Amino acid sequence: MELFTNQVLAGIATGAIYACMALAVVMIYQAIDHLNFAQGEMAMFSTFIAWQLMQWGIPYWGAFALTLIFSFVGGIVIERALFKPLAKAPVLTHVAGFIALFAIINSVAGLTWDFTIKQFPSPFGSSPFLGSQLISTHQAGMIGVTLILLVLLFIFFRYTRVGLAMRAAATLPESARLVGINTSWMIALGWGMAAAIGSIAGMLIAPVVFLEPNMMGGVLIYGFAAAVVGGLTSPLGAVIGGFLVGVFENLVGTYIPGVGNELKLPIALALIITVLVVKPNGLFGRTIVKRV
Amino acid sequence: MSTVQDVSTAPVVAAVPKKAMALGPLASLIILALLIVTPLFVKNFIIFQMTMWLIYAIAVLALNILTGASGQFSLGQSAFYALGAYTSAILMEHVGVNYALTLPVAGLVCFIAGFLFGLPALRLSGIYLALATFALAVAMPQLLKLGVFEHWTGGVQGLVVTKPDAPEILASLGLKVSQDMWLYFFTLAVTILIYIFSVNLLKSRSGRAMMAIRDNEIAASAMGVDVSLYKTLAFGVSAGITGVAGGLGAIAVQFVAPDGYTIQLAIALFLGVVVGGVGWLPGSLAGAAFIVFVPNIAEHISKGLSGAVFGVILIIIIFLLPNGARQLAYLAQGLIGKLRKH
Repeated sequence: MELFTNQVLAGIATGAIYACMALAVVMIYQAIDHLNFAQGEMAMFSTFIAWQLMQWGIPYWGAFALTLIFSFVGGIVIERALFKPLAKAPVLTHVAGFIALFAIINSVAGLTWDFTIKQFPSPFGSSPFLGSQLISTHQAGMIGVTLILLVLLFIFFRYTRVGLAMRAAATLPESARLVGINTSWMIALGWGMAAAIGSIAGMLIAPVVFLEPNMMGGVLIYGFAAAVVGGLTSPLGAVIGGFLVGVFENLVGTYIPGVGNELKLPIALALIITVLVVKPNGLFGRTIVKRV
Repeated sequence: MSTVQDVSTAPVVAAVPKKAMALGPLASLIILALLIVTPLFVKNFIIFQMTMWLIYAIAVLALNILTGASGQFSLGQSAFYALGAYTSAILMEHVGVNYALTLPVAGLVCFIAGFLFGLPALRLSGIYLALATFALAVAMPQLLKLGVFEHWTGGVQGLVVTKPDAPEILASLGLKVSQDMWLYFFTLAVTILIYIFSVNLLKSRSGRAMMAIRDNEIAASAMGVDVSLYKTLAFGVSAGITGVAGGLGAIAVQFVAPDGYTIQLAIALFLGVVVGGVGWLPGSLAGAAFIVFVPNIAEHISKGLSGAVFGVILIIIIFLLPNGARQLAYLAQGLIGKLRKH
């Protein structure tokens, strides 16, 4: 039983990483109806910016705030420059655009900061949390930040004018435009917010997986898995999905013989496919009725 | 809370009229003549690159049937490519089957695998399908490394495949054909067969059914098209053709290993379709040229930034030619038409 509790706790700790990333994935899906395959790379780039700022002697929280602003503006700039002109293009073209973005960001980061692994500090320290060896203060802090973000997003989407306008623009663009919402800018805003949330995720993940240009590859896939499990339309679902995927991955690795580390990834992927097939809208997603 | 969404507002691909999916006879013959003559004048290494180009063209064509005709997404083609490559390699090295005979088997195995994968994929559309196939592509190298199959697959190390010689009958006729040259013409013959098959498939009842599903699934089913059958069939055919390409690839590269079939291959094939023009079969050649040669060009321009250069070239292409090489072909056609009038 103790093994079980320990594994669940460890799973929740890793799940926090996935939850963070899934939140960013869902955020952009809400705004533009696409999955951004370059999301992980954008988050990685932001984290490098934060690292660079700290190297220049700016304290952690200063760098944190500057990075948030940089990412928010960066996200908007990418949308305006790259994806706004493609707004009417078919989905396939968008995916190609994401792949191009992925290649560019990865390559530029690699050239600027090279591929050696870098340490990234944590604001929460790394001592054991409440005396437990399994979960460090950093991981506890990460869970805390994820939950705070979730609450903030909830309030934003539920009670602020801009949040409501963004939701309207995403669900029924035509009608939203008719009541005077600038839908085009709402999409840009969505990109900016997703980039900012992604940068928070990046800065929280970096102390655990270490900073390097390819650090997000695995995390993004798990982030997708989490977002799909929770339902791509629900931020709450994404966070719960993240924790579920983390716990599931750990339990399968412990209790099913022969799985080990090698098969962890295929299992996360099998989970995506299973959830998609059984419940395509995820656990908390809303159903979309289609008509001709 | 449920939202009603109009299906017609977000097409996966722009509808392509049936006639526009292939080239006219004259243009086809010119391209064919070029493909036959060029290798006679270039070095062996370039012949090898041209062989790979044709092989990727087959794989891009396969994805084009799936995406362009039936409107389904796939980022998982590398999995079927790997399956085909391994089928060919295992049959050649462990069973001792002739290389040419392994290709139909590879195609059949992948057809069945694709058909079966198409069944759960039926419930998914658009981005969800992209995700599910993406998962398949990411998982494939891991599965190939599994210890259980190691006796057959060679595990992480992979398998070495013997390169076939040109048939002796050519030598007795006094023709000296190098291995590379022979493989090129063999690949070309397979490519032509597959191209003719695909064009005819799209012209047939099944092809029309797939296009009806692409354009409007609900309307198609209301008109009596068996949606699930044709969707899975498209998956199967596409996977089968990809498998043949994979088998050819294994023979040409003389080597199969799990890390040769990562998600990057799937992404490359996907880009090939976008660059070549979705739903335009001859565009597969242009798309394959893009994925074979552009990374080299990018590497040439800047070593450190090759990824960035590649990305920028890709962005330029999707901005200037959102419909890929197809758009270029139409422009050329329009110009020729104008010249003729004068």
